[in-house]
Amino acid sequence: MTKPSAELSARRGWMGLLARAAPARLAALMPADLPVATLLRAPEIGAVMVRGRVGATGAPFNLGEMTVTRCALRLDCGTVGHGHVQGRNRDHARHAALIDALMQTPRAPEITAQVLDPLAEAEQTARSARAAKAAATKVDFFTLVRGEDN
Amino acid sequence: MYVAVKGGERAIDNAHAFLAEERRGDPAVAELGVAQIREQLRLAVNRVMAEGSLYDPDLAALAIKQARGDLIEAIFLIRAYRTTLPRLGASRPLETAAMAVVRRVSATFKDAPGGQILGPTFDYTHRLLDFRLAADGDLPVAPIGLVPPMGAAAAAVPHITGFLNRDGLIETDTPGDDSPPDLTREPIKLPGTRPLRLQALTRGDEGFILSMAYSTQRGYGRTHAFVGELRIGTVEVEMDIPELGFSVCIGEVEVTECETVNQFKGSKTEPPQFTRGYGLTFGQTERKAIAMSLVDRALRWKELGEDDTGAPAQDEEFVLMHADNVQATGFLEHIKLPHYVDFQSELELIRNLRAEAMAARAEAAE
Repeated sequence: MTKPSAELSARRGWMGLLARAAPARLAALMPADLPVATLLRAPEIGAVMVRGRVGATGAPFNLGEMTVTRCALRLDCGTVGHGHVQGRNRDHARHAALIDALMQTPRAPEITAQVLDPLAEAEQTARSARAAKAAATKVDFFTLVRGEDN
Repeated sequence: MYVAVKGGERAIDNAHAFLAEERRGDPAVAELGVAQIREQLRLAVNRVMAEGSLYDPDLAALAIKQARGDLIEAIFLIRAYRTTLPRLGASRPLETAAMAVVRRVSATFKDAPGGQILGPTFDYTHRLLDFRLAADGDLPVAPIGLVPPMGAAAAAVPHITGFLNRDGLIETDTPGDDSPPDLTREPIKLPGTRPLRLQALTRGDEGFILSMAYSTQRGYGRTHAFVGELRIGTVEVEMDIPELGFSVCIGEVEVTECETVNQFKGSKTEPPQFTRGYGLTFGQTERKAIAMSLVDRALRWKELGEDDTGAPAQDEEFVLMHADNVQATGFLEHIKLPHYVDFQSELELIRNLRAEAMAARAEAAE
């Protein structure tokens, strides 16, 4: 496998962030001045089979499906955007595809600041809060003095 | 035998209207929202997702509401819904080693690197009814602990069985990239492979899997299981997108993973070492994941060269063909539907047999 370029890994990063975002939060962050886009694939709700591995490291097996909505569109400049998002929210998939397209245009810095950064921050905050609550339940073992050692 | 009959439409419509009213209950009591079920009955939602075999908390909550809390009925609704969805593809296998854990315990190693994290558990509660919940009691606030710097948290929790691996004390799984059998696409073929069995177990009925696992603990196919590790948390789901030519994260799911460490004295082909059972389920569903790993291990007797003791949990056909509660309830409950013609023929048969028996008795008496 070839090492993914920085560009590719950045795109994978924002596509994942958009997929995991809360649909309402993303909708609220969408810029007001959106360009016209042609739908290449209207938002489509479907299922993806999620796989696990036998013993976590062995052969794959089918764990069960999850709902996913996908969408593809093209801006007038020809840039194509894709959205594959968790759940059944068509707007979520369309917004994700639109942001994916815009991130490949010169508007990328503005979109990063207005949309992606707040989403990343919200995700980080939520994850840290959960991790912190879990960390508080970490067990500190201590050994009592054993009788026979005295 | 099934014969189409007409009639009863009005009765059926009225029965469904009655059902809707009963579902609502006393109108003086506030109606339950789907979001309330999703947030506050989360373990029920998790079970419906795991056995409905579809990860979507909103849909599972809706199904629970529609089914009036009958979880098998809710699972049935989810299974029916998923058949309407186009399959967009399959994910890459989940990297559970990168899980953002909220709970992680080991019954075998006290000082496991990464620590023992209890998480939101019923363990160590007193199982006394908490009347504060019925009386709008104050909610305790979950304390905040010290978290390792950003990004390090997930990587810092390696699988515990990995430590035993280093010394060769435990069997290793051979990674494979074959595409696994899918029982939602093709009927179960026996004997099955381990990936097929795990799919059947993870969507199998919790009660059935639990009882099968319990039977192995009581001696019916004993495997001496320890919980090497039990972890719950979220994992990102990654899928290859053909039109893009690379993989992207399409969301994240909460899963429970259980790895058992089992005593194994060795066989003709294998040296004495620990063996493993594996459980992986959607949501926080730890009873199911533990049970799954015990049953997985019991079903491996042939591959490990162990004796067939004739225990139910060692019988692949018995376990796999009876684990699915939608199949089971469908076949069980259909016998309450009209079987008038079937029964008519039975009636006819019994009358004839009786007439013959009576005639024979009368003849003998003469």
